[in-house]
Amino acid sequence: MPGPVQPLSSLPLGAAATITEIKVPPEHRGRLLEMGLLTGTTVQLVRFAPMGDPVEIKVRGYNLTLRRNEAELIMVQPK
Amino acid sequence: MEPNNNTGIQGANKMPGTGTSDIPQSAVRNPQSFVVLTGNPNSGKTTLFNALTGLRARVGNYAGVTVERKEGKLRGTPEGTDITILDLPGTYSLSPQSLDEQVARDVLFQRLPEVPAPALVVVVVDASNLERNLYFATQVIELGHPTFVALNMMDVAEQNGHLIDTDDLAKALGVPVFPLVASASQGLDELRRAIVQSVKGGTKRVLPRLFCELPEGFGREIDTLAQSLKKSFNQRQTSAHAEALLVLCDEKFLLGSAGYYSDEIKNAVAETRKRLEAAGVDWRSASIEARYARISAMQQAVTTDSGAGQETFSDRVDRIVTHKFWGMVVFIGIMALMFLTIFTVAKWPMDWMQSAVTWFGDKVGAMIPPGDLQSLLVKGVIQGVGAVVVFLPQICLLFLFIGLLEDTGYMARAAFLMDRLMSKVGLHGKSFIPMLSSFACAIPGIMATRTIETPKDRLVTILVAPLMSCSARLPVYALLIASVFPHRAVMASITMLSMYLLGIVVALLMAWLFKKTLLKGGTPMLVMELPPYKRPLVKTVMRHMWDRSKLFLQRAGTVILGICIILWFLATYPKHPEISQKFATEKASLEKSFGEKPTEEQKAQLSSLEIQESGEKLRQSFAGKMGRGLEPFIAPLGFDWKMGIGIISSFAAREVFVSTMSTVYNVADSDDKEAHTKALAQVLREQKKPDGTPVYTTLTSISLMVFYVLALQCVSTVAVVRRETNSWKWPVFQWVYMGVLAWVLAFVTYQGGRLLGLG
Ligand SMILES: Nc1nc2c(ncn2[C@@H]2O[C@H](COP(=O)(O)OP(=O)(O)OP(=O)(O)O)[C@@H](O)[C@H]2O)c(=O)[nH]1
Repeated sequence: MPGPVQPLSSLPLGAAATITEIKVPPEHRGRLLEMGLLTGTTVQLVRFAPMGDPVEIKVRGYNLTLRRNEAELIMVQPK
Repeated sequence: MEPNNNTGIQGANKMPGTGTSDIPQSAVRNPQSFVVLTGNPNSGKTTLFNALTGLRARVGNYAGVTVERKEGKLRGTPEGTDITILDLPGTYSLSPQSLDEQVARDVLFQRLPEVPAPALVVVVVDASNLERNLYFATQVIELGHPTFVALNMMDVAEQNGHLIDTDDLAKALGVPVFPLVASASQGLDELRRAIVQSVKGGTKRVLPRLFCELPEGFGREIDTLAQSLKKSFNQRQTSAHAEALLVLCDEKFLLGSAGYYSDEIKNAVAETRKRLEAAGVDWRSASIEARYARISAMQQAVTTDSGAGQETFSDRVDRIVTHKFWGMVVFIGIMALMFLTIFTVAKWPMDWMQSAVTWFGDKVGAMIPPGDLQSLLVKGVIQGVGAVVVFLPQICLLFLFIGLLEDTGYMARAAFLMDRLMSKVGLHGKSFIPMLSSFACAIPGIMATRTIETPKDRLVTILVAPLMSCSARLPVYALLIASVFPHRAVMASITMLSMYLLGIVVALLMAWLFKKTLLKGGTPMLVMELPPYKRPLVKTVMRHMWDRSKLFLQRAGTVILGICIILWFLATYPKHPEISQKFATEKASLEKSFGEKPTEEQKAQLSSLEIQESGEKLRQSFAGKMGRGLEPFIAPLGFDWKMGIGIISSFAAREVFVSTMSTVYNVADSDDKEAHTKALAQVLREQKKPDGTPVYTTLTSISLMVFYVLALQCVSTVAVVRRETNSWKWPVFQWVYMGVLAWVLAFVTYQGGRLLGLG
């Protein structure tokens, strides 16, 4: 049962979800897309850094970090 | 005109008989045979480069920018083949986000006149991270250079349970694929042979193709744009279609190619974008999405998952190393170990080098008759440069540690852990290690800022790094603290700690201020990969250390030498024959009173005379005069002209302050550093002003320390910043701002302290 659409940063740790929308402004979106974060891509929230920010995710088999405020702009639907 | 351009974008399908239309066949092959190595960061490019070229690489910069250029000769080639390999900076895509990536792109597009056209491009692909790596690899293949794919890290892919069929991959990509384990030299021979063969025999150019199925309308637009590109550049080697795709879909491509495209093209691009937008196509993401769709399919077709290893080795390590609590423990532990090693292990070679410098100075001194030349060589060049060079072991060790952190993959974790802290002042987590290293020495720290992508953030980090108390300040703090708190260990420690804290606080404040004003810019995005942990190769790490140290010596060498000679001149001239004469007569009369064999006491008297003589000469020299000239400016900080001499002379390196003060106050030098510091501190304590009050009050000494915390008294740093920023503007600015800061805070310390009735 797919869950409700929510920001990537609010996924429970370890949960996988599908990206539904990337709300990052277009001029900053390029690198995110090129790193493989696209609508429809599966991502997994791995952990937050000790001070609560940044956040580590797994995408396309590798680990990537984003700031919390960037992760908040990536909308996902839990699998 | 070529009749078949419309087919040029139909995915990777070969276009029979027509494939060459896109690229002129007259491609000039460089007689020198130039092979370019490119790939994602952490794909093992450097390891492969080292394995292919051995130890004969040349490291330098690309003209006008501070991007490292590394090239070497291919090893093990048959007689008569001379192949140069150029290692490009790690790159995620052909839409550059940093200077490094821009240079990589410009080389691949042959925009740098200094870099010849490649006879072959080798794209290194990390097999354990196939999808993301193929993104860049397919972009490069599209350019149309003869291309090989070096499929590295096959061992890691296997461990993770992915088996890749290289033949299938080669078919899908349309270029040869070579499976490799670069760190274990597996597969190298085949690759090397193929490179030689390709360069000699001339590999066919890759047939033009795009690895993304674009919507129909989009495809036609690319065709049109490719046509105009072709018209405006007749001497081209790269595929016009690939270029058209980049020019159109990358917002910054035109901006980042200043002076390269005609207005006609620019207008065409703008109009095309408008048309696409009207048709509801998102030109920014369409090609990226199409490419990933293609790659995903490709990856699934060529990989067999054995299902093993849901959680990789790295994942397990990271559960501790980036853990909320244990992660910090590990981090602090590693940093502590690093500093402990630097301060303990480096001590021996440093002492050893110190004695070597002294020995060498004595030898040279004995060979040349006393006079200006002897003094210049011994006191100016050997002792002066020696004072800087003794820090080399420490600098090398720091390079070694930084190299280790980078090669194991821990560097990215450190940035991950510390990012929160650094983003508070507007910086990136990657600024942390350079700043931390600066506690030992700012030079490796500044040279390590190259990994910071945004030029502004890199510059801010460079500007504030020398505010961290480096080890050259330690002798200065030690001396001044010993002069005011000789018997109060607690006060001494508190003072020392405060000096370190002062540096940190000011550095963070200044970073914040620079980011708000001069180098305005938001906190940079953090889209950072955490690469899997790898066992570092001793060879790679040692080589990294060696390259960096050599670079430092080359960069700073001449500036250090120049400054040392100037400082020697200032301390030696003008000559005062009357001083020499006066001491000569005194010495002569003293020697006359000696019997056959002078007693120890008499010898001591003689050397004390000599010390007095050099002190007197220094006080009367230009440096002495400058010290006096400086006095009105530094008197409000509580300093007298003798401290002024110390400040001037320690411009070469801060710790020279100690030896200068010892000359100024006629204190004999001694091999026992601790005893020397104690003796000198004692003399400082005894200095009285004409009115009988002490010169070195607690307040004066603290004010002087504050000055040393903040002032940029280090030629090597200035020289390295000049190199790393490629202009004199920034080192001069840095020297001035730190000088002003030092003056103001020393002023506040001294005058504030007096108001409070201290000192
Ligand atoms: N297991 C394994 N490790 C490898 C292989 N090739 C390289 N490594 C290791 O991977 C790490 C990174 O390799 P580098 O050669 O520094 O990677 P790079 O692509 O040059 O990275 P950047 O310098 O960031 O561009 C090092 O610790 C290497 O020892 C390989 O085939 N297998």
